[in-house]
Amino acid sequence: MLLTRDAIKFSWQALTANTTRTFLMLLAMSIGVGSVVILTSLGEGARNYVTAEFSALGTNLVIVIPGRSETSGGNPATMMGVTERDLTINDAVALTRNPDVLRIAPLNIGAAEVSWQGRKREITIQGSSHELLKLRQWKMSQGKFLPKMDLERAKSVCVIGNKVRNEIFGAHSALGQWMRIGDRRYRVIGILDSEGQSLGIDIGDTVIIPVASAQSLFNVPSLFRIFVEVKTRAAIPEVITFIKETLRERHQGVEDVTVITQDAVLATFDRILGALTYAVGGIAAISLAVAGILIMNVMLVTVSQRTSEIGLLKSLGASEQNILMLILIEAVLLSTLGAILGFILGQLGSWAIRSAFPVLPAYAPLWATFASLFVAMLTGVLFSLLPAKKAARLNPVDALMRH
Amino acid sequence: MIKLVNIHRNFQVGEQTVHALNDINLEITDAEYVSIMGPSGSGKSTLLNLLGLLDRPTSGQYFLNNTNVTDLDETEQALMRNKSIGFVFQTFHLVPRLTAAENIELPLVLAGIPEQQRKDRVAAALDSLDLSNRADHKPEQLSGGQRQRVAIARATISRPSVLLADEPTGNLDQKSGLNVIEILEALNHKGITLIMVTHDESLGARSTRSIRMLDGRIESDTVPGK
Ligand SMILES: Nc1ncnc2c1ncn2[C@@H]1O[C@H](COP(=O)(O)OP(=O)(O)OP(=O)(O)O)[C@@H](O)[C@H]1O
Ligand SMILES: [Mg+2]
Repeated sequence: MLLTRDAIKFSWQALTANTTRTFLMLLAMSIGVGSVVILTSLGEGARNYVTAEFSALGTNLVIVIPGRSETSGGNPATMMGVTERDLTINDAVALTRNPDVLRIAPLNIGAAEVSWQGRKREITIQGSSHELLKLRQWKMSQGKFLPKMDLERAKSVCVIGNKVRNEIFGAHSALGQWMRIGDRRYRVIGILDSEGQSLGIDIGDTVIIPVASAQSLFNVPSLFRIFVEVKTRAAIPEVITFIKETLRERHQGVEDVTVITQDAVLATFDRILGALTYAVGGIAAISLAVAGILIMNVMLVTVSQRTSEIGLLKSLGASEQNILMLILIEAVLLSTLGAILGFILGQLGSWAIRSAFPVLPAYAPLWATFASLFVAMLTGVLFSLLPAKKAARLNPVDALMRH
Repeated sequence: MIKLVNIHRNFQVGEQTVHALNDINLEITDAEYVSIMGPSGSGKSTLLNLLGLLDRPTSGQYFLNNTNVTDLDETEQALMRNKSIGFVFQTFHLVPRLTAAENIELPLVLAGIPEQQRKDRVAAALDSLDLSNRADHKPEQLSGGQRQRVAIARATISRPSVLLADEPTGNLDQKSGLNVIEILEALNHKGITLIMVTHDESLGARSTRSIRMLDGRIESDTVPGK
């Protein structure tokens, strides 16, 4: 019987001697595996980007919005001709009176012209409290965030984003400076470290002032949002009931607010995320099919080219099993090499995407990587074994005389 | 010892059946030197392929060294080809990527013979065929005569009892053709049964037994010079 060592040597010689075939096969393999890895990393990157955007909202978050949500059907308040009440600072304070509520932060939003020593820019201004920092999991690079104080107090201090700091203050030190926002002056007490988007606002390009200051600056009595962070995920339903009841009591029995959870927001986008997942899967499946067909063709062509050699080996006393063993070893060597090359190509590709688009976490999902390696190896081995099996069954003379 | 009993080999070509071998009965004893001659298409190659177990008869029995090889399964036939039969082709059929030594070594590799033993036997074969300085050459670097000598070395490396040659000089010039014939005859003198298909009357005349074929039948079976 043919020794395994000799079989491996023979197969290796076949691979290294037939460079065109080996090159074609490696090309097909690496394009196949590589494209699956790159394309799925792109799709997965997009999916992760969207998911990350929403989880950046913070954990166990409940958001209170003034007015009844249109999606919940008719609005009893407007139907009865009752005007909706404002969401006030006192409403926000009332929501802290529940042991399951960890912290709350009111929010007001407006745009105003910000200026310092002649430099001016129109910037999104957020009015809130010192709890916002922890609630949104932001970090400070310099100074302090808004001080802990009575929410009704309008103190003339502000916290600015990185971009604001760079564009308004340039090389000057921003901390302690008096900056003009609209027609008032605020002292800069801190600079945010965080970057990226949050609820559509560029964190670097915003100014945060106490909520009472914002109300008088923009002259709006109602809050835009109240963020409520709940201690545990399990307590969220109870807290929502508590919020609705508390606010109905405070609003003369009219339920005129909408309470949404982060889960609900995520659920809304679940369809988008789901579609993205399917898209990634579809991309992977198509690339795999293309890779499989490429590999299959190269293998079919090359094995039929070698039918005459198979005939010769049979005439020298090789059994069917000997032939299959030789072809199998060759296919496994080739497929493994191709799969490794394709994997490297794919990693390089997705690395290039990450370098070009840093916001996209373009990492190929594990399942796609393994599936592509598996399919590539399987088609490589299968489509060299099947025709080889056919050739090995031929009469030696029939195989020998084929060209 | 070779014995063929009522051997038929038909080929189906479309609607038509070609009787390439038509009721062949033949006995060849050990160490005989047999030439097979006949016009093109008379069935010489078909007969030799059957003898070399490269093809199976449509019907009939083939005994090789007292074994009915027509009954053997695929794996047993492979073993027979490896151990008992050597085949030399008109077109050499060397593996182009392997060196002369590696080509000669192939039957021993397939038989699973240990490496050191293989090397010794290949070296001896190369030496006896005057190929020692060509051991590491690829077939494309060898002349036709050298290639056929490598093929003969490969066919005999397993020390078979029968050596089959289908027009072994067909692709060679006269001088190297004669050299190849002399090598085959020398092997025959040492006891191997030599069966050779040839078109060349003068080569056929050198054998101790001459079989002539026509239309798939044995037309005559003579011992020249008698
Ligand atoms: N694989 C095959 N399929 C169909 N017909 C075949 C096949 N092999 C041989 N034949 C036919 O069988 C007959 C004998 O062929 P064979 O090759 O044995 O002749 P030959 O005596 O060797 O001729 P040549 O001197 O030309 O080599 C021919 O008619 C040939 O066409
Ligand atoms: Mg012929």
